[in-house]
Amino acid sequence: MMASSYNAKEEDGHHSGASSGTGVSKNKKPDNTAFKQQRLPAWQPILTAGSVLPAFFVIGLIFIPIGIGLYVTSNNIKEFEIDYTGVSSDSPCYNCAKNFTWNTTEPCVCTVNFTLAQPFESNVFMYYGLSNFYQNHRRYVKSRDDRQLNGDLSALTDPSKECEPYRKSGDVSIAPCGAIANSLFNDTLVLYYVDSNNSKTEVPLVKKGIAWWTDKHVKFRNPAGNSNLTLAFQDTAKPVNWAKPVYELDPSDPDNNGFINEDFIVWMRTAALPTFRKLYRIIQKKSGATPTLPNGNYMLNITYNYPVLSFDGRKRMILSTISWMGGKNPFLGIAYITVGSICFFLGVVLLIIHHKYDNRNTSADIPS
Amino acid sequence: MLRRRLNRWFGGEDRRVGSRTIYVGHRPCPANEVFIPPKFCDNRIVSSKYTVWNFLPKNLFEQFRRIANFYFLIIFLVQVIVDTPTSPVTSGLPLFFVITVTAIKQGYEDWLRHKADNEVNKYRVTVLEDGRRIQKESEKIKVGDVLEVEEDETFPCDLILLQSSRDDGTCFVTTASLDGESNHKTHYTVPDTERDVESLNATIECEQPQPDLYKFVGRMHIYKNNEEPSLRSLGPENLLLKGATLKNTQSICGVAVYTGMETKMALNYQGKSQKRSVVEKSINAFLLVYLCILVSKALVCTTLKYVWQSKPGQDEPWYNEKTKKEKETNLYLNMFTDFLSFMVLFNFIIPVSMYVTVEMQKFLGSFFISWDKDFFDSEIEEGALVNTSDLNEELGQVEYVFTDKTGTLTQNNMEFIECCIDGHQYKYRDASSEVDGFCVTDGPMNTVQQKAGREKEELFLRALCLCHTVQVKESTEQGHGQEDGRIDQVDGLMVDGQVVPPLQEQRGFIASSPDEIALVQGAMRYGFTFLGLESKTMKILNRTNDVEMYELLHVLNFDPVRRRMSVIVRSISGETLLFCKGADSSIFPRVKQEEVEKIRMHVERNATDGYRTLCVAYKHLTAEEYDQVDSGLREARLALQDREEKLMAVYNQVETGMNLIGATAVEDRLQEEAAETMEALQGAGIKVWVLTGDKMETAKSTCYACRLFKRNTELLELTVRTLESPGKRREDRLHDLLLEYHKKTVQDAPPAKTRVARNWSSQDYGFIVDGATLSMVLNSSSENNLHDYKDLFLQICQNCTSVLCCRMAPLQKAQIVKMVKNSKGSPITLSIGDGANDVSMILEAHVGIGIKGKEGRQAVRNSDYAIPKLKHLKKLLLAHGHLYYVRIAHLVQYFFYKNLCFILPQFLYQFFCGCSQQSFRTAHFH
Repeated sequence: MMASSYNAKEEDGHHSGASSGTGVSKNKKPDNTAFKQQRLPAWQPILTAGSVLPAFFVIGLIFIPIGIGLYVTSNNIKEFEIDYTGVSSDSPCYNCAKNFTWNTTEPCVCTVNFTLAQPFESNVFMYYGLSNFYQNHRRYVKSRDDRQLNGDLSALTDPSKECEPYRKSGDVSIAPCGAIANSLFNDTLVLYYVDSNNSKTEVPLVKKGIAWWTDKHVKFRNPAGNSNLTLAFQDTAKPVNWAKPVYELDPSDPDNNGFINEDFIVWMRTAALPTFRKLYRIIQKKSGATPTLPNGNYMLNITYNYPVLSFDGRKRMILSTISWMGGKNPFLGIAYITVGSICFFLGVVLLIIHHKYDNRNTSADIPS
Repeated sequence: MLRRRLNRWFGGEDRRVGSRTIYVGHRPCPANEVFIPPKFCDNRIVSSKYTVWNFLPKNLFEQFRRIANFYFLIIFLVQVIVDTPTSPVTSGLPLFFVITVTAIKQGYEDWLRHKADNEVNKYRVTVLEDGRRIQKESEKIKVGDVLEVEEDETFPCDLILLQSSRDDGTCFVTTASLDGESNHKTHYTVPDTERDVESLNATIECEQPQPDLYKFVGRMHIYKNNEEPSLRSLGPENLLLKGATLKNTQSICGVAVYTGMETKMALNYQGKSQKRSVVEKSINAFLLVYLCILVSKALVCTTLKYVWQSKPGQDEPWYNEKTKKEKETNLYLNMFTDFLSFMVLFNFIIPVSMYVTVEMQKFLGSFFISWDKDFFDSEIEEGALVNTSDLNEELGQVEYVFTDKTGTLTQNNMEFIECCIDGHQYKYRDASSEVDGFCVTDGPMNTVQQKAGREKEELFLRALCLCHTVQVKESTEQGHGQEDGRIDQVDGLMVDGQVVPPLQEQRGFIASSPDEIALVQGAMRYGFTFLGLESKTMKILNRTNDVEMYELLHVLNFDPVRRRMSVIVRSISGETLLFCKGADSSIFPRVKQEEVEKIRMHVERNATDGYRTLCVAYKHLTAEEYDQVDSGLREARLALQDREEKLMAVYNQVETGMNLIGATAVEDRLQEEAAETMEALQGAGIKVWVLTGDKMETAKSTCYACRLFKRNTELLELTVRTLESPGKRREDRLHDLLLEYHKKTVQDAPPAKTRVARNWSSQDYGFIVDGATLSMVLNSSSENNLHDYKDLFLQICQNCTSVLCCRMAPLQKAQIVKMVKNSKGSPITLSIGDGANDVSMILEAHVGIGIKGKEGRQAVRNSDYAIPKLKHLKKLLLAHGHLYYVRIAHLVQYFFYKNLCFILPQFLYQFFCGCSQQSFRTAHFH
């Protein structure tokens, strides 16, 4: 019962403390406030036929139009997709795919012809797509050094351990290090329009403006202190699988070279799923009424550098327009329509049940 | 914890072997040539758990014994050691936070305990050593030291009272901090030690420390100048307990017998009971399920990972090669670390945050109870008290309410209603209008208009005035010149010639039971005023305003087994009289039978009216008889072993062949809104059981008054009375009755599905059982049908709307609660009571509620919630409890739902990232 003496003291202490604190008012009567007496206003829905049925109908009536709208918009987006992996022997890139070796100096070029049945209006986005490529594998995802990519000089020569086994080449550290950078997509795609008299016109592809603004201007920076990129990267080695070092990614444009090369940045933002597409180029809208890509025949010239067959992967080229809701995505519209229809249908069923089996007196309303 | 509690109950059985010998003032005694100073523990009190040195390891150890904390620690360690998808910080930080907050809280509490301990241990006490007074710190007191304690000081250890500043060798103490009884208790000095404490040469032989506050057996050998040592018996009345406070006495001297952790107070030390709510248990069940989900998810993912990797080109494509280290590690080790990684990835299915949130919700939620203004009682200026916040939601799930009767259902505010002398009924109406104070009621007994003789009346009233342990409260103005004051008062009375009512009001009485006060006050109304007890002389002011003096020879104390008490007094004329009062059942067999019948009717009628009845009897003792009794008592009191039993034997021997004089009826009023509360609880489907130590008739009438039993309730009685039938053993009769009632209530009852319609269709049953029968039911262990009895009994009880258990010992109350608690479906039980006798059942039940009543604070201190009045139970259970239950249920279920939702996408994502434990959220979400 020592606890009792302790308690007694504690109580005493509390008491004296409280009385000195509150001054004269010795009244310990609890305050009559809405909070302390739990009288704060609260509302809880009571689900009755009168509230549930209209809710179902309203949801149905709102969702179905939204869904239809989304679906129509999505259907208006034009999208064209072509697989150029070269798996089957009759595909143009079969030879390139089959004869791939890492150590070639002569690039293998193949050409794929295709026809657009409809013209593509406004800006057209050109993507490359990869399948069965696990950019989301944990070992892959963490294999990068963000400090190095941000231009940190110490990380440039001493990359993070996470980059293993793509950290050092011999004794020289790799820049950019890691598995992601090492596996940069390096096919080159060139698009030609073949008009009726079989003359080829190269479609102008814009390679800037494809990366996120924050990536381009905040996360990725070339090593500071030296405007000459070749010198800045002089103590580093190129990634093992690269043909040329990082400072030669786009020698024509210093604002798109090195770590801030937009193709590189796009690749470094890893995809969430093993089948993904990444923005490659933008085809700007032409002035006047001519469509960006008129219907007709096209020719896609591919410099085939990127092997995917070893892991049973696929490569695709995608052309797509966009709308206010983004790229082509029929699923959202279908989902809205489905949910709306189910709600509406349930509403009808419940209404029938309610009418048929409601044998309560109207006066005795049991709120349960 | 349970064992300690049991030890406390069975303190009697748990007798320690041997006894200890104490040398008063450390003076060697002639009888013992070899003086070996015995080793006892010192008087330091340690209630704190930690010291500065062991706080960190010990506290951490204690905290990680909690399964949840341990789990998170393991997860954290795995994250640190194994290469895992989420950083250790995400689980380490919240764990660190929780651990730190808890440690700070516990550290602060322990610091308070240290402070309290220090205050007690460093307290200055006066020790008499070789005739000198020495100031010492309390912790330095050794067994055998003679201490001096002043008024209003608390005793620093358990003392044997040697000397008191009061003339009559008594002192008064309050034990409010020990057992919650705030009345003054009288303790006596050991005879013959009064004068010469300084030179006292004595040893005390007493039992080893034991926790029972009310038991002490010892004896004192006093050595005087090589005479034969004289022997004095020591009992609890000589023992001053540590923690009690000296009152109304200037100073006392006493010798320390038990110190430090061996004092009765320390032995009774009991940490707050750790009750866990059913919701917490179901959380743990949920957790187990979730742990299974977690493990199976991790297993599935690990398996899938290796299946996936077995396809060529998948495990290590050219763009994603393994490091050297990874290639070199063993496949099975890899599998295992993968498994652990998945565990870590999915571990947020059991989040740390839930524990914190639930704790916070409970802690903050419990404030609403103490804030509720409806629980505020203006009389005691207090609202409800919440001792634990763990059980809030249990309040809403209560299925069984066990309530005490006295002080809980009733007010414990006794009022003398009527008495019956020699078969004639007297009802008090108005003292001032009739000098005699007697008048006849129109009650049924009035056909016999004859009054009892005046002698009988006076004898009865004298008996009321003498047979009690009431003290007269010394009011402050009488404080020092009490003698004068009293004489003045008596003079004044004489002048007035009549008892003046205001004076009666003034006179305060102190007693351990309010019944006694009611009786003394009742006698006062009829003209016999008890003036007080002074040095073994009781003074009574009789109707003719003469002061009668009686020498108090012996008090045969009340105890719950005998259910009666007696006094032996010697009047001025030299007559030796024994007055006895007690429950009818214990008095009737001990008086001459011809007188019983007349009074029995009264008693029974009073009992059914809901009054508490006592019977009064007396006996003339001849000189030889008295001598025999006197020596018997003295001998028994000196016994070191089995003193109780021996005393009881003497008591039983004396209290026979008495003459019954009359009976009294005292009313105990119902609490405010008791009936409404009970009805509301029953309406909510809660079963109310009344567990009382009171007698059946009284309890039954209270039940009727509370509407627990209604007019159409069929009562099933299983009491000693119904068991007595001619020609049959009680066991057989019990068997028959149990089967019969079982058939009635269980087998013939309509099936459960019609229970909705119960309100008007089926019969309500009320079940009455008493303590003796209950112990027969519970303890028929030797028989093979024990199981049946207990089961039958329980089934009967559960099919009755209300159950009344009367004549219950505190332990039996707890037994009943335990039985129901452990029955099928493990219903939630709630006990409510106000007195020390309810503590056992309050501790036993899932939720214990104390009423801030008149019988001290012990129930309140041991309870989980304390409310000022019974009527507050209704709102506590039906409003607060319901709300808390709904809230916590929503909170917990939502948490688990949320976790499942949170982790399921993560699980599904593993199918898309090659089961590589990639998390698809950034770490901030976790």
